[in-house]
Parts: sequence; structure tokens; C-alpha cells
Amino acid sequence: MGRPEARMLNDFLYLMNAELLVTLIIFILLFLKLSNEEWKNEGLLNFINFLLLINLAAGFFYIPNGNLFGDMFHTSELVTFEKNLLNLGTLIISLQSYDWLKTHKHVAEFYILLLSTLLGMFFMISANNLLMFYLGLELSTIPLAALSNFDLEKRRSSEAAFKFIISSAFSSGLLLFGISMLYGATGTLNFMGIKAHLNGNSFQVFSFILLLAGFGFKISAVPFHLWTADVYEGSPVAVTSYLSVISKGAVLFVMISIFYNVFTPIADSWYNMIFLISVATMIIGNLFALRQQNMKRFLAFSSIAQIGFILVGLSAQSTAGSSSVIFFILIYIFSNLGAFGVISLVSAVKGKENMDDYRGFYKTNPVLSWVLAISLFSLAGIPPMAGFFGKFFLLFAGAGKGNYSLIIIAALNMVVSLYYYLKVIKIMFMDANEHPLEKIKTHWQPKIAMALCVGGILVTGIASGAYNYIHSLLK
Amino acid sequence: MNLSLLILLPLLSAVAIIPFKGARSARIISLISSSSQLVLAFALLYFYLNERSAGNTANMLFEDNYTWYAPLHINYHVGVDGISIAMILLTAFVVLAGVLISWNVEKLGKEFFFLLLFLSVGAYGFFISLDLFTLFFFLEVAVIPKFLLIGIWGSGKKQYSAMKLALMLMTGSAFVFVGLIGLYLNTNTGNGQHTFDILQIAQMNIPLSVQKFFFPFAFVGFGVFGALFPFHTWVPDGHSSAPTAASMFLAGISMKLGGYGCLRVATFLMPDAAHQYSWIIIVLASIAILYGAFATMMQTDLKYINAYSSVSHCGFVLLGIGILTKTAITGAVMQMVSHGLMTALFFAGIGMIYDRTHTRQLSQLGGLLKIMPFISTVFVIAGLCSLGLPGFSGFVAEVTVFMGGWSRADNFYRIATIVACASIVVTAVYILRAVGKAIMGPLNVGEGDSSLLRRAAGGGVDAKWNEKWAAALLIIGIVAIGIAPFWLNDLVTPATETIMNKISAIVK
Repeated sequence: MGRPEARMLNDFLYLMNAELLVTLIIFILLFLKLSNEEWKNEGLLNFINFLLLINLAAGFFYIPNGNLFGDMFHTSELVTFEKNLLNLGTLIISLQSYDWLKTHKHVAEFYILLLSTLLGMFFMISANNLLMFYLGLELSTIPLAALSNFDLEKRRSSEAAFKFIISSAFSSGLLLFGISMLYGATGTLNFMGIKAHLNGNSFQVFSFILLLAGFGFKISAVPFHLWTADVYEGSPVAVTSYLSVISKGAVLFVMISIFYNVFTPIADSWYNMIFLISVATMIIGNLFALRQQNMKRFLAFSSIAQIGFILVGLSAQSTAGSSSVIFFILIYIFSNLGAFGVISLVSAVKGKENMDDYRGFYKTNPVLSWVLAISLFSLAGIPPMAGFFGKFFLLFAGAGKGNYSLIIIAALNMVVSLYYYLKVIKIMFMDANEHPLEKIKTHWQPKIAMALCVGGILVTGIASGAYNYIHSLLK
Repeated sequence: MNLSLLILLPLLSAVAIIPFKGARSARIISLISSSSQLVLAFALLYFYLNERSAGNTANMLFEDNYTWYAPLHINYHVGVDGISIAMILLTAFVVLAGVLISWNVEKLGKEFFFLLLFLSVGAYGFFISLDLFTLFFFLEVAVIPKFLLIGIWGSGKKQYSAMKLALMLMTGSAFVFVGLIGLYLNTNTGNGQHTFDILQIAQMNIPLSVQKFFFPFAFVGFGVFGALFPFHTWVPDGHSSAPTAASMFLAGISMKLGGYGCLRVATFLMPDAAHQYSWIIIVLASIAILYGAFATMMQTDLKYINAYSSVSHCGFVLLGIGILTKTAITGAVMQMVSHGLMTALFFAGIGMIYDRTHTRQLSQLGGLLKIMPFISTVFVIAGLCSLGLPGFSGFVAEVTVFMGGWSRADNFYRIATIVACASIVVTAVYILRAVGKAIMGPLNVGEGDSSLLRRAAGGGVDAKWNEKWAAALLIIGIVAIGIAPFWLNDLVTPATETIMNKISAIVK
């Protein structure tokens, strides 16, 4: 295959194709911004969404498999699939933000920051080494703080950014502490090396707890969830949806690969921790979600509860567990983004974000109401929406361990969560209102995003292809 | 015959409604669809009887089995026996009657018929499923349309009732879920693989400890749907707030999902536990029968009367299942069909009265026979069927349950049977009181609805064509069972025998 350097370069281009493509888009946007040419926002957005579409499509064409940089970076069919999921979510969010961004002054910067975080997540997922993982994590977190501040005139937005940067700095600190202790305990940062040296002594378990706390912050699991609601409420809706779906999804992907492949020698210890965190997350997320009046805060707490359910699947320690978690994230992308799509539209066009503003929404906006309703049904786990299958499989995998108490708690929590999802449905469909929000006209791009979400919700569960594919990747 | 047609037909017609504007095309599509469903159900019955008389003794007929989620061993597996066919026929009758009775729904008509059809998808799917996952899927499919039907088109404290119903039923299905998962994880089809297949699980011997742990989950879960005391409290509120067609569906079909589930899943798959717990089931069912009957006596709202009496009547279903004899279980199935038809007719009658007088309070009604003879007759027939008059289906079903109960030579069972019998007297009291007050006596149509009386003078307030057809349909069903109960009995008995064969090995 020619000279070694040429092979290096070829490998580099092949294996990192997803990362390189995102980097390329970032550079294109940077040059656009630097050139003297003034772009109209509409044109720019169309162009960017086109690039993102290419980015998504490219992920399906060539599926690389291999290692780079002395085993620091690895990629496989599964990793590529996870990256494709993140790409898909990013595209949907970008399409949905059209109405918000078209009057914004800094469109190019928004996307440069957004894609930087995406790039960070790619590195994080592909990491085969704790340093590489940490690098990716930071790259994906710091620009997000800047993004939270993107409603430039609003004080709440800067407040959100501030809270976000402080809490993520704190969690990164914990994570780094854990990593260094783990290095001290095992003498290596490479995942496989760590696995070989794990023997379950208390020092190692303690360092694992620190790592878990770091992860817990990122996915806002109880008791590390306190930043979530304020940040979600203050940030622009596009960023909120990105935070709640993409960034959590990426961290969950990493958690699966690390927990299932690296920390297997101490599986019993982490099972108990995940069990406790999962129960607490479900219960507290649900209880707080019951009383929320702001749509974004409401979805923030409901997403905390969803994380609790995901952790049930994660606790399964079986192929069924890992595939159900990845499958659920796919469904969660569609369901949560479907809900956020409507909320973002209402917020961008009408500036309303409270539940009460949605009274009688069905009268004036039947289609949007159905989109929101279908998304919420899916989040609540009601058939025939995909969320039903997602939740069923998560609990199902969790039950495989033989711990029925977890399943009983989770099943009852599903009923509690149903109450607040139905409450929103009730407000939209049943509450009378003299002056409901007027009919909202929108561009075709958000419409496509919503159609994608609804289509995904209706098809992903009934057609078993997606789950079977994920399962085959994990075998 | 392809059973999936039963799911596809209502599903496709519900989807076909979406592109049309307005209620008119929606109701025409629904009418065509629901009458075809009835034809399909009769065709199914015909083919089924043909197969049986040709000597096919398989447990289930017309089976279809496709792999759905291979890694989790979830299949789409459907098939029918006599019990399922009886329930499918019931569903088809009630759906058609419900569509007819809702002919004049104007408010959001398109959505209304969409939800009605969607609800029937859930019911048909549930009754033909032979895979626990598919069964659970369809059970939950049927919940949310009810929530929307009650919350949007209902009356009274509809939002409260809708929420209560949805949450209680979903709690029930959460219990069912735990029961199903427990069953699944304790099956073994060789080399540690599990299965959801009802027929396969029925062949296995699930350990007694497992059965004893998961039977309560499954039974109580389905029991919530079937108004098992003390989980029946959604019934009165839900029924009385629902629009007429939704009440008919709720009482006629949805509550049967519970009874059917208790029988097909809980009792059939966990017979040892069913035997052990049967005394609890009997006690709870007897309480429901008596309590429901006495609670009905206190009601003044016609819909509440029928709702509480449904609690009492559905108690017979659970009692029949609890007694665990072949006759009693056959009686339970017959009671499900009978109660489904009868209560649908009752709700139809009440709905028709309410549409005209705008009141359901007994104190504000009287002498309706004078101005609306047809509707009043419907009401009386439903009432007589409810109190178990021979010649109607209620009598046949209840007597079968009693016979089944008495045949167990054990004082406990006999006392339960006597208690249940005694409730019939109470039933007679409240039914005759309601009939006497509302139908007979001096004319009274509530406060100052003078336009009604003026129109009545012209003879124009009696039932319309659609209402007449709906009522006629249900009455035909009731009388057909009442006069010739043997056809239903013959249809159901082989299936109950299969269930009993599993149980009698334990009872003896």
C-alpha cells in the first residue's frame, strides 16, 4: 500500500472523515465571516442547512473502522452510527431555529460555536484514551456556555451561561480528579490498559465515583441536576434543545462504551450506584416537573426524569441494555426535538413560553398542536409512538438483571410522568380561551424538521429495523 | 382468513379521514368502515364455525406469526378462539352503534371519528393478540383516545374525569407491564431464551413462587380496566362525563379488555396462582357486585346509575373467572358480551334522552313515553336486560355464572353465589325506579324547555334514523343471545375447556 506516510495520511482521511467534514464546515463559515461580502441571513441559513444535510448524508456513505494516533482515537460502525445520530439531531435543531436565527445578528458565529461542540462530541465518542476523552468533553462544553448566552439582549441568557460555565467547570474538575486518581491507580490512561489493571479496590472505586459524578453533571442526573432548569430556561430554545438532546446523548454514548467495556471488573459496584441514581433521578425529575409553568423548565425536568429511565437500561449490563439505550436516544432525539420544535416556533414568533399561553392552542394551530401532542405522547411512552418501544425496552433490559423493584418503581414513575404530559395536552386541546395564540405562519424549513420528527416517532417503533440494526452493531 | 384485516380496516379508514375537511365525510367513512367491520366479524364467525365443523381442533385458528423484534423474541402473533370471536363480534356491534349514535356530532367531527376508529384498532388488536407484547401494545393504544374523547367532547367535570381515567388505567397497565415482564423473564424456550408467546407460555410450567408473585400484578392491572373493586373508581366519573359514543365504547368494549386480560393472561398463564388466590378474587368480586348495586340505588343521574350498575355487572365477570369452573368461566365470557351490548344500549338510550331534554337528573324527567316512544322503549329494554329478565342476554349470562358457582360443592363458593344472586333484587329496585320515574308517570322534561314540548306536539322529537338503527342493532344482539344462548355457549365452550384443562389438573 505504498509508503508508510502515505498510508498514515490515507488512514487519517478515512477514519476521521466525520470530524474533518465538520471542521471543513467550520472553516467555510469562518472564511465567509471574514470576507467582506455581506450575506443575507436567509441565504446564509439555507446554505448552512444545505452543508449540514451533506454532512449528515456523508456519514452513511463510508463507514470507517480502525485506530489512529497510537490507539488514542478509534472508530467503528457503532461509533459512526452514533455520530450520524448527533448529526441528524443537529440538522433538525438547525432547521427548527430558522425563525429565531433569521433576525439574529451573528448567525455564522452561532454555527461556528455549535459545530465546534459537535466536533468535541465526535472526539469524545471516538476516544480510546481518557485524555482524548477529556479533550473532546471540554471542546464540547465550553462553546455551549457561549451559546447559552446567544439571546444577547436578555439578562437571563447571560445568567444561564454563567451558571452553565461554573457548574461544568466544577464537574470537569471532579472528572479530572477522578481521571488522575485512576491514572495513579492503574498507571495508564488507555481504556484497555485501565481495564486490565482494575481489581475493584476501594481507591479505584472512589476514583470511579468521581468520574461518575462528572458524567452525572453532564447528563443532569440527580443529585447533580441543579443547574439544569435555570440554564434551560435562560438559554435560547435552540440551545436548550441542543443541550437536552445532543449533548446528553453524546455523554450517554460515552458512558455506555466506558461502563460496558472498561469498568466491567467493578460492574457490581457501579450497578448499585446507577441503581440509586436512576431511582432518585426518576422520582425527583418527575416530582419537580409536575409543578412547572414554563414550557422550557417543564421539559428540563421531564428530561431529567427521562435520564432516570435511560439509566435503568444502562444498569442492565447486557447487550439488550446497551442497544436499548442507544435506541432510546434515537427516539428521544425525535420526540424531544419535536416538542422543542413547536416551543421554539411559538417562542420565536410570539415570544411566549408559558403553559398558560397554550390555552386553546388547538383551535388556532391544529397541526402544531398535534405535533406537540405526538411528541409528548412519545415522551410519555404511549403506543403507537416510538417512545413506548423505547421505554419498554429500557425497562425490559433493566429487568433482565432480576431486580424487579427497579422495574416497579420505573413503571409507576411512568404513570406520574404521564400526568404532566397529559396536562399540557389538556391545556392545548380542552381548555377554553377567548384569545388563543393566533395562527403561526412558518417557513418550510421548520416544517420539514417537524415532519422528520413526527415521521421518526411514528416509524421508528413500529418498524423494528432501527433496533435490530443497533443490536447487530453491539453483538 | 387474515386476522390483520381487523386491525388494518379501522386503522386505514382512520387515516383516510385525515385529508378530508369537516365532519360529513368523516362520518361517512366511519360508517362504511364500521359496517364493513361488522361484516368482517360475521365472516370471521362463519369461517371459524366452518373450520370447527370440518374437524379442526387446534387451540387457535387463523394464526399469523411474524417476527417483530427478533433480538427480544417479540413476535406479531395473532389468532382467535371462541372467546376472541365473541369479543370481536361485540366490538363490531358496539363500534357500528357508536358511529351511528354520534352521527350528529358537529364539534370537531373529524377528530371525533378519527379517535373512535383508533380506539377500535386497539380493541380488535387486543382481542386477537397471542403475544404478550402485542397485547400490551394494543391495551395501551386504547387508553389515550378515551382521554381525548372524554376531555374534549364530554360534559360535566370532564377534564377531571378524563385525567382520572387516563391515570388509573395507565397505573393498571403499569401493573400489567410488571406482570408481563415477570412472566417473560421466567420462561425458557431452551438455552435460556425467553418468549412472549401466550401459547408457548401456556405449555410451560412456570414455578409457583413466580406465579404467586406476578399473578397479582397481572390480575390487578387488568382488573383496573375491568372495574375490580376497589380500583373501580374511574368507572362512574369516566362514564358519566363521556360523550354518548365514548360511554358506549368504555363500558361496552374497554371494560371487557380487563375481563379478557384477566382470563387470557392472568388465569390462563398462571393457573396455580389463580387457584391459590381465587378466594380473594371472589371476595372482591362479590363486594363489587353488592356495593355497585347499592351505590346505584343512591344515584339520581341516569349516567351514574348505569355506570355504577356496570361496576356491579362487571363483578359477575370477575366472579365467574374467580370461581374457576368451566360453566362459570363460560358464564363470565357470556356476561362480558351481554353486558357490553346491554350497557351500550343503555348509554345510547340515556344519550338520546339527554340530547333532547338536556338533563339526566331523574327528578327532572318523567313520562317520556308520551313524547318519545321509541327512545323510551329502548330504555326499558336495556333496563329489563340489566335486571336479568329471561329472554334477554343478561339472564342467560348471570344464570350461567350462578350455576358454575353452585356446582362447586363448597360453602364458600355457594355463599358467594347467594350474595351475587341477592344483588339482582337490588338491581330490580333501581332499574324499575328509574324506568318508572323517567318513562312512566306525568310528563316532565326539566326546567322550561318549552321548545321541546312544542316540537313534541308535532311528533318530531323521537329517535332519528341513525339512532333507530343503532338501537335496533344492539337489541338484536341482546335478544339473539337471550332467546338462543346455545350458539354463544357452543362458540365459547371449547375455548373455556382449553383454559379449564390447565386449571382442573390443579383443582382436583
